[in-house]
Order: sequence, then structure tokens, then C-alpha cells
Amino acid sequence: MTQTAPAGIVRRKGLRHRLMRILLFAVLGVFCLYYLLPLFIMMATSLKSLDEIRTGTLVSLPRQITFDAWLKAWGSACVGVRCDGLKPYIWNSVLMVVPAVAISTALGAVNGYALTKWRFPGANTIFALMLFGAFIPFQVVLLPMARTLGVLGLAGSVSGLILVHTVYGLAFTTLFFRNFFMGVSDGIVQAAKIDGAGFFGIFSQIVLPMALPAIVVTVIWQFTQIWNDFLFGVAFTVGDSNPVTVALNNVVNTSTGVKEYNVDMAAAIITALPTLLVYVLAGKYFVRGLAAGAVKG
Amino acid sequence: MASIRLDKVWKKFGTTEVIKGIDMSIREGEFIVLVGPSGCGKSTLLNLIAGLETLSGGGIFIGGDLVNDIPPKDRDIAMVFQSYALYPTKSVRDNMSFGMVTRHVPQGEQAAALAEVAELLHIETLLDRKPGQLSGGQRQRVAMGRALVRKPAVFLFDEPLSNLDAKLRIEMRTEIKRLHQRLGKTIVYVTHDQIEAMTLASRIAVMDNGHVRQFGSPEDIYERPVDLFVAGFIGSPSMNLFKGRVTEQSGLRLQVEDPAGVVHFPIPKNLQDAASPFLGRELILGLRPEAMVREGAHRPGSETFSFDRMIDVVEPTGPDTMLVFTLGGIEAIGRVDPQDKVSVGTKFRFEVDMSRAKMFDPATGLHL
Amino acid sequence: MSQAAKRGLAARRLFERLLPRIVVSPLFAASLFFVYGFIAWTVYISFTRSGVLPSYTLDGLSQYIRLWATPRWQVALGNLFIFCTLFIALCTAIGVLLAILLDQRIRIEGAIRTVYLYPMALSFIVTGTAWKWILNPGLGIERLMHSMGFAGFRFDWLVNPKMAIYTVVIAGVWQSSGYVMALFLAGLRSVDDEIIKAAAIDGAGPLRTYASVVLPIMRPVFLSSFIILAHLAIKSFDLVVALTGGGPGYATDMPATFMYSFAFQRSELGTAAASAVMMLATILAVIVPYLYSELRGANK
Repeated sequence: MTQTAPAGIVRRKGLRHRLMRILLFAVLGVFCLYYLLPLFIMMATSLKSLDEIRTGTLVSLPRQITFDAWLKAWGSACVGVRCDGLKPYIWNSVLMVVPAVAISTALGAVNGYALTKWRFPGANTIFALMLFGAFIPFQVVLLPMARTLGVLGLAGSVSGLILVHTVYGLAFTTLFFRNFFMGVSDGIVQAAKIDGAGFFGIFSQIVLPMALPAIVVTVIWQFTQIWNDFLFGVAFTVGDSNPVTVALNNVVNTSTGVKEYNVDMAAAIITALPTLLVYVLAGKYFVRGLAAGAVKG
Repeated sequence: MASIRLDKVWKKFGTTEVIKGIDMSIREGEFIVLVGPSGCGKSTLLNLIAGLETLSGGGIFIGGDLVNDIPPKDRDIAMVFQSYALYPTKSVRDNMSFGMVTRHVPQGEQAAALAEVAELLHIETLLDRKPGQLSGGQRQRVAMGRALVRKPAVFLFDEPLSNLDAKLRIEMRTEIKRLHQRLGKTIVYVTHDQIEAMTLASRIAVMDNGHVRQFGSPEDIYERPVDLFVAGFIGSPSMNLFKGRVTEQSGLRLQVEDPAGVVHFPIPKNLQDAASPFLGRELILGLRPEAMVREGAHRPGSETFSFDRMIDVVEPTGPDTMLVFTLGGIEAIGRVDPQDKVSVGTKFRFEVDMSRAKMFDPATGLHL
Repeated sequence: MSQAAKRGLAARRLFERLLPRIVVSPLFAASLFFVYGFIAWTVYISFTRSGVLPSYTLDGLSQYIRLWATPRWQVALGNLFIFCTLFIALCTAIGVLLAILLDQRIRIEGAIRTVYLYPMALSFIVTGTAWKWILNPGLGIERLMHSMGFAGFRFDWLVNPKMAIYTVVIAGVWQSSGYVMALFLAGLRSVDDEIIKAAAIDGAGPLRTYASVVLPIMRPVFLSSFIILAHLAIKSFDLVVALTGGGPGYATDMPATFMYSFAFQRSELGTAAASAVMMLATILAVIVPYLYSELRGANK
């Protein structure tokens, strides 16, 4: 985003101007605190011992930093009856997210390309009908999906989850690539056709290399969406095949024994870390995805 | 009405200097055109006068008052923008009244001013429309109306016609000139179109790279360019600039080398004195296309000189025909009558009116 | 060229011409099956007497009548209404305010923007977990206020059936308001500079320029952020599960958690299907007019 230019407009610089400027920074600062405080509290809590949590307050810094909670959240916290920490579930999430993102992005790219650069009668109708899939509340497909996964023998498995995320991610990845390819001149494709390239030749040699930014945005978006998903995970997997979001919720809501807030917070941060990392490293693309998501709703 | 004075005006964006110490005095009621290639700083200078940019140094005076720290709204100016900058959600009426509303002008006065300007610009029927429902030319009129309605002392125009098609542009050009003659307000007008500059201005400032190269009447700028930049920028097709060596050969001559034969242009009488110190060194001869015509076509008594050249390209434009030929390593253009039948690849004998020739020092670029 | 070779060439050309359709059709078929087929199935089931197992005998509107007579569904709808209204209003207000403030030539804008937006990268489960701890009636904010000297401060919204839904609003606004800020900031940046300059020359100060010139231009951004937020609100499930689990009792149930609970915990398929169809209908009511105008606009 570029800074708006009319920055230089001459304004009267008086006391009022300076006061407004101070107020402006004060408000911005208060909101920075508002957004950062929960992260700080999570962090601080996760580094405290349970005793310190009981005696201190939310925002007090840990007097004695301990990583016990982190170790426990990672390796030995109980999720239901199993006490191996989040580690196996992180692995589930990775096994789910990588193929689901790859497949839905690849299919979205081909689909978006075919629908924009090889427009055939009905292409727009097909797109509109597919796009609708991005808007539906998924509750409306939960029941039949559960039965279908059962019929396919994928019930309660990570593979089943990959299928679900691919199918319902497709509408969005298609939308993404379609929007991108709409901006690519038809002339390029026409020229390649005249040069004798076919459907897949043009796709792999000309269109795909151009689409790199769209691929990055889509991959990041899909990764965040699928990693953070809870609904499909909780509806279609059981116990050992849970993705990490479901496991986190189970850790937090395990009612047996003492409530270990420090372990809960460490588990929450561990769960959030991959997407936060992506956000910090590729924030620009993440924001672009959000902006494109505005079309999706 | 007001005069404008710029006193050593500087503008820096970060470390880039965009305006480098411009001095300029504009009298009340003048129509000043700032012209130059893109990036020369002309729009920035206009924005500085408007108060839309803050000065880095120097002073701007409007009507005698220093306005450096005065916000745009208190400078008694109005501005017409390149994109028209109409408020898309407001009707034409509200667009034009907005400046009066913010200044708490009484309703009655607002209505009267609006009616007067709408009639002047023939936009009475458009008042209830939104900008999106207007054509390009209509938007342009509304943008002018918005400026006119407040009756400011100074009008600023930032390339107002560049988004119009050729025909409308000429119409609006005439209309702007008529408005100036009728209202007599001070106008500063930015354009990159030299024809607009020539037709509209009472004085033109030719800008390049943050400097004003020449500030004078259109005739001055065209006939007496101070340097190679102004000579090359103003005029279309542009002035032919031949590089040659000054020799003595029954008077001073400029010897222009060419594979198809050397041409010895006689240096015009009025420039002989100035050129004599350059004997044996290089000078640049500037000849406008219309100074090179068919032999015998000049008015008798002019300081003529003739030479032959092979014609490479013939470009009829209707009223004139352009003949492209090569001389001294450049593509030169002569402007002849369409009646002078010429065909490509044949020799044509040009006659030059040397009294209209310009001579430039290649080292400084300045006119002798 | 031989007859056979000619025919081969013609066939290849035909194949080339049909290839785009051949590529798209399996994807389209999948979408027809998994979206429209499934919706049809759910709608059908909602008109049957299905309980633990699906039954395919139509039974009219009985499931809908049951649904609307269920107090828990009425609570869920009431909660949805409260949540939707407050969530959309607060997110929009905060988002617009922050976008305008960030538009004032702030040198560290990039850093501030990153801070405002990072909650969007989190899972609602993480957000819920964090706020559940912060709002903890014993050790959370209440303890903090006590330690700051406000001994009488009580904050038990999380376990107070009347107030618990507002904790969902608090956490939801925290997570999503930065998104609205980003949308509006992008919108503000796309306003033609010359329009803002024109307003300055017309004598409008910064406040008037925003109120009278810039924000009216932002109408499409208001509309799309409304759609996005409404969509998020109607679908909100994770946040409620993580923060309150729908409790205390079912005080913070929403249609999404209601549907999940009836489908997977109580196995009342027919009622669950009926509630899912109601959710779909609500979203359609918001989105179809928007989509229609968007697509019509795009075709122009």
C-alpha cells in the first residue's frame, strides 16, 4: 500500500494541531495494547508455574521463567485419555494441510485458467455455480459428508479430511486464480496459440510462471484456513486422527485433575505458531489474500 | 484578481530536488502557462502555489501577501484537476456548491452564483446528475464550474484537457480562452501540450528539470528560444538542429558534413558578430521546418540559401507536406506546400530563409 | 494426406477444442455433488422424520415445527441476533476509526498495521482459549483489578448466563476488527488524491473531508465488510466452542453449535438438518442480493 500523496497540504500548525497529533498517537497506542495484551498474557502465563499463576495477576511478569508448561503441552499433556501432548496432532495437521493445500491450489489454478483463457459457452455459469460453494455455511453439508466419508471408508481419517478441505477449498482457489487470470491479457494466450502451443503447454510454460504471486497468496490463504479449521476436524475425525485445533480444545476442556492454565496457554501458542510465523514472514501476501477474500465474503 | 510572485521557490521530496529555486512574477490578469516534459516539476510548482504541497524554501506571494503557511482554502484560489476530481457521491449541484457550503456562504448567494455559472458553461440541465452519469466533456465543464462559482482571485489548471479527445480538447481550449478574456482573472495553467501553451498563454514558462528555462510571450518563446532545450521542445515538428563547423568562405559559413555532400550554410548577418569567435569550432544551426521550403517560394528580399537533398519520406498532413531527409547525421524535416509534388528517392531543392535561423553554442546550449 | 490421417487430425483438433471442458467438468461435477447434491440431501432430510438414522419418508414441516418450538433454538437465534449486531457494529466502528487514524501519515504505520491485523492469522480456537483465560472469573481480569485496588470489582460474565454471550462478542471483535481496518485502509488508499486536494481547496478540513467526501466514496467497502462480518457471525462455531462451549447450560448456543450438537451429539438428524437449512437461508438472504449486484457490476 502506498502512502496517499496529499500529505503535503498546507494546514495551520497551531497548538490544536499538536494536541490532535498527540491524541492520534495515544489512540493508536491504546489499540496496540488492546491487540497485543492477549498475546503477552498468553506468553507470560505459559512461562509461569501454577503457583505463580495463583498468586500473581494476568499481566505480572513471571518471576521465575519455566518451560515446564511448554514441554508438557508439547509432549505429555492429556488429550482425552491419551497423554502424549500436542506433538502427534501437530503431525496430523501437517499431514492434512500439505496435500490439501497443494491439491486445492493446483486444481484451482487449472480451473481458473480454463474458465478465463479458454472461455467456452457456459463458463461463466459454471464459475458462478462453483463460487457459491465458498459462501455456504458448512453445517449444511456436514451430515451428508459424514455419510459419504463412511461409504468411502475415509471416516475418521486424515485422508478424509484432506478430501473435505480440497473439495470446499476449490471454490475459493478457483476464484483467486480466476481473478488473477482476468488481469492477464488474452493476447498473450492468443499469441501462444498461434505459435502452436496447446492447452497444457500454454498453462505450464506461459501462464503458470506469471501466476507466481497468485500462487503464493493462495497457498498462504489456504494454509491459514485449513490449519485453523475446527469444524471439519471435530466433525470428521476421532481421537488419534484429530488435527491440532481439535486437540487444543480437548486439552483446554479436559475436566480431570487440576486446571493447568500455563499448559493451556503454551498449547495455544504452539497451535498458533505456524500461522503466526507465516503472517510475520509473508504478511504482505496474507493481507492481499484478505483483500481478495473480501470478494468471497 | 491578484498578482503572484515566486521568490526562490525550492521543493524537495526527501532528497530529490524537484523545484530548484524558481523566481517568477505574474501580473494581475495574466494567463501563464507552465509547459515542459513530464517530470519537469510543473505540476509540483502549481501545487505549491495552491498550497497542496509545502515549500522547502523561498516564498510565494499572492496579491502581495506571503502565503507560505496559509492553507489552500484561505488563498483565494480555485483549481481544475486533470482527473476533474469531482466528488462521485455528490450531484453536480452539490459538487459545485461544496466550496461555498464549507465557507458558510448564505443560501441565496449560493443559488445565484450556481445559476450564473451553470448558464455560462451550459450545464443547467446537468445539475441533478451524479458525475458518473456525465460524459468526459461534461465532467470537464462541471470541474470548471466548481472553480468558477467561488469567484476566486486566481485560477489554477492542472492539465485540464489531457483526458479529452482531440476534437473536444480544441473546443474547450477556445472556451477557456474566451472565459479568460471575459473574466480577466489571473490564471496559471499546466500542460505538456505546447500547442495549448502557444494558443492560450499571455506568457509561457518553459520548465525543465526543476528550472524555468525561459519565461516570455509565446512569440518570444517560438522565435527567440534562449537555448537548445526550448528550441527543441517548442514547435511541432520540432526545430532541425544541424551541427557544423564555422568556416570563412566569402563571409562566415557553417559547414555541415554529410556523406551525400557537404552543405555550407551562410551564417545570417545579424549573427555574424556573435559567431565570429567560433571560427574553426562547432556551432549548432537551428532551422524550423517552415524555414525550409521549395526553391523560389520565399518572399523576395529574404536572406535565402538553397541546397539539394534526396527525400527519404513524404508525409502529407493536409495543409502542408513534410519532407524527411538526412543531413549532418540527423533526420531533418522541411515543410512544403502540398502543391509541390515530390516523390520519395528523388532530389529536391530546398530554399532556406537564413534570417530566421538560430545559432547555438554546443558547449552551453545557449543561443548566441 | 491419407483419409485416415485426415480423420486423425480432425479428431485431435476436436479433442484440443474440448480439452478445457474436459478439464473443468470433473471439478464442476465434484462441486455439483459436494455442494448442491449435499444441500439437496440436507434439505430433503429436513422434511423427513429422521432421527438417529436417516429416514426417507417425507413428513412435511414437522422438523421445522419442532425446531422452532425448541427453547434452545430460540436462545441460539436470540444469541445470533445479539452477536451479529454488536460484532458487526463494533468491528466496523473500530475498523473505520483505525483506518482513518492510520491514514494520517504515521511513520511506523507498517508496524502498527501488523499488530492490528495479527489476530486474523489465529485460529478462533486459540482466540477462544486465550480470552477464556483472560476473562476467567477468579484469576483473570477480576484478580487484576483487585490487585490494582478496585476491591469490589466483579467480572463473572463467562459464567453468567445473561452476560456470557457478550464475552463471545469481546473475543470476536478482538480477532476481526483488524481485518475491517485493513479493508478500509486499502479503500482509503485507492481514493484519487486529486479528490482530497479538491476538498482542501474547497475549504474542507480533515474531519469534513472524511465525513463528507471520503467515507461516502467508501460505500462499497462498508457493504463488503458488512457481508464478510455477517458471514463470519452466522457461521461462528469455533469461537463459541472454545470460549464457552455453548454454556453455561446452553446460554451461548448459536445456530452453528446447535446444529453440531443435534447432529453429532444427540443424533437428531432431522432437526439438525432443519437448523442447517435455516442457516443456509439466512446466509442466502444476505449474500444473494450482494452477489447478484457484484456479478452484474462485473459484467458491465
